[in-house]
Amino acid sequence: MNSNRFTNGALGVLAWGVALLIFFPILWLLLTSFKTEQQAFTVVPNFFFSPTLESFKMALAQGSGYWHYAWNSALTAVASTVIGLALAVPAAYAMAFYPNKRTDFLLVWMVSTKFIPAVGVLIPIYLVYSAVGLLDNALGLTLLFTAMNLPIIVWMVYSYFRDIPKDIVEAADIDGASIMQTLFKVVLPLALPGLASTGLLALILAWNESFWSITMTDHSAATLAVYIASFKSAEGLFWAKMSAASVLAIAPIIVLGWFTQRQMVRGLTFGAVK
Amino acid sequence: MAIVELKNVAKNYGSQIKGASSSNAVDDFNLVTRDGEFVVLVGPSGCGKSTTMRMIAGLERNTEGEILIGGRDVSQVPPKERDIAMVFQSYALYPHMSVAENMAFSLRLKKRPAEEIKQKIDEAAQTLGIQHLLERKPRELSGGQRQRVALGRAIVRDPQVFLMDEPLSNLDAKLRVDMRAEIVKLHKRLKVTTFYVTHDQVEAMTMGERIVVMKDGKIQQIDTPINLYEFPANRFVAGFIGNPSMNFLPAKHVDGVVSGDGYRLSLDAAHRASMATRGGADVWAGIRPEHLRLSDAAATNRIEGTVDVVETLGAVTMVQLSVGKHSVSAQLPGHRKVQLGDTLTLTCDSDKLHLFDSESELAIARESTAAPSAAEA
Repeated sequence: MNSNRFTNGALGVLAWGVALLIFFPILWLLLTSFKTEQQAFTVVPNFFFSPTLESFKMALAQGSGYWHYAWNSALTAVASTVIGLALAVPAAYAMAFYPNKRTDFLLVWMVSTKFIPAVGVLIPIYLVYSAVGLLDNALGLTLLFTAMNLPIIVWMVYSYFRDIPKDIVEAADIDGASIMQTLFKVVLPLALPGLASTGLLALILAWNESFWSITMTDHSAATLAVYIASFKSAEGLFWAKMSAASVLAIAPIIVLGWFTQRQMVRGLTFGAVK
Repeated sequence: MAIVELKNVAKNYGSQIKGASSSNAVDDFNLVTRDGEFVVLVGPSGCGKSTTMRMIAGLERNTEGEILIGGRDVSQVPPKERDIAMVFQSYALYPHMSVAENMAFSLRLKKRPAEEIKQKIDEAAQTLGIQHLLERKPRELSGGQRQRVALGRAIVRDPQVFLMDEPLSNLDAKLRVDMRAEIVKLHKRLKVTTFYVTHDQVEAMTMGERIVVMKDGKIQQIDTPINLYEFPANRFVAGFIGNPSMNFLPAKHVDGVVSGDGYRLSLDAAHRASMATRGGADVWAGIRPEHLRLSDAAATNRIEGTVDVVETLGAVTMVQLSVGKHSVSAQLPGHRKVQLGDTLTLTCDSDKLHLFDSESELAIARESTAAPSAAEA
């Protein structure tokens, strides 16, 4: 009994240690954002200081353009998620309920496109975008995010649909429902938790995306990733301001994640535990 | 209510599904129901009974032949236009809808007026005794209650045909017996042509007006329960129908007597006549355990063996004997004391004996002798 309690205690400490280790960069970011530039630069880590909102003021100031970038981030993330779900649902429906010999291959092939390094397709996409005028364009970025997330969305929605017993879909068929009626009245309500967590994941992935945002946009369609990167300027690094900007960039998504974490965890483990 | 006809119906999955065999899952299925008949499809798993039902439902397309419901060829008609209702083994209730919504679903899709829907649900709920459950969700119901809701969902539609795919196999034994009787009662009331799939021969015997026995995609025999029991068409049907199942002993026929190591059984006149007209002496002798009784060594029909297993069930005692190299089970009266290792002599009446060809395993029917006998069916 005693040794058991000891093991549990040790595991608890270890878990807390690992959690702190993972969380530390974010904690440090948060602390730095409340420091002055001088305090942020000290070589000896400094946990105790009088916090200032100076950096936040700068980051949110009229000329900084935070709201412009935040709007672009929100627009592209939401739009790409909505388009992605709209495309993925019919695809996943067909594959889950009317599979054929090629379904498995198709699924693996779609996900395998995620194995290609983004840089590998950067030049062709850049040239095409440049030719059709989609560079530094919110629509262009939305399409990229959609394409980037679509395989994952299809895969996840497919696995949620697979969890719905086929009998239920057949019962709806016999009850006289058309494919659309079956989809909207039976399948989607049942897959709603899964769809919600899929959407949330797609939203987070698009919001956090930086490679394409930084390469394909300049100002008018630039997202928060570009905004943060802009603090690494020619005049030097502004740690405190950059931290404040980063906090402002990740805050919305962390708050969203916090409120929906139960939904997320349930959705992500939905298909796993059977 | 309708007559359902299946003409040369076959299903071949062919290349449709990876790894499917090229042989037919269902082959040359022919059946014409009476209007309002209760037909049971029975057989071991993989025999094609569920596939046959799914073809009638339209969930699978028949690759050959025709399926007619009420005289209309529905082979190319989607399920929702076939005017059928189906009860699934898993019940397949819509989990996010209440009981009332589950039952109303098909009627709402047909845009029936609200009062009519309500009235039909109330009627069905009353019939099935689920009025108090109408507002509940399926997950709040017991297995038996879900089963009733699934039946209710089928009833409210007034379909031409009911299809029931092993509807009772997820229920516990006692509930299964109750629901069995209830479904039969329901059928008597509604008089809708019903197909009922089961692997349980007891369910088949107790519920079916006619039973289709299937094996390996092929119909073995279609007949009333009592005819299947008394006149099985082949060794498979004989062994499948009846519980405990029939004993089979390989035997040689000489002069109206079939015998082997440890057994000797004389044939009745009708069997003698049919054996006289056919060549070959090797047969399977089939005897049902309930037709065996204890006897003395002097009996003309006798089977001798030593007792291997004794199962005392109260009303009856099941005994398994080693007879030569074969095993024979017998159902003896419950008060009879039998010990392991005892040597017993059993006997049965010649007219209870079944004979099957040793090669084709088809039943060797009794030839009708001078007097017209009941055996000719």
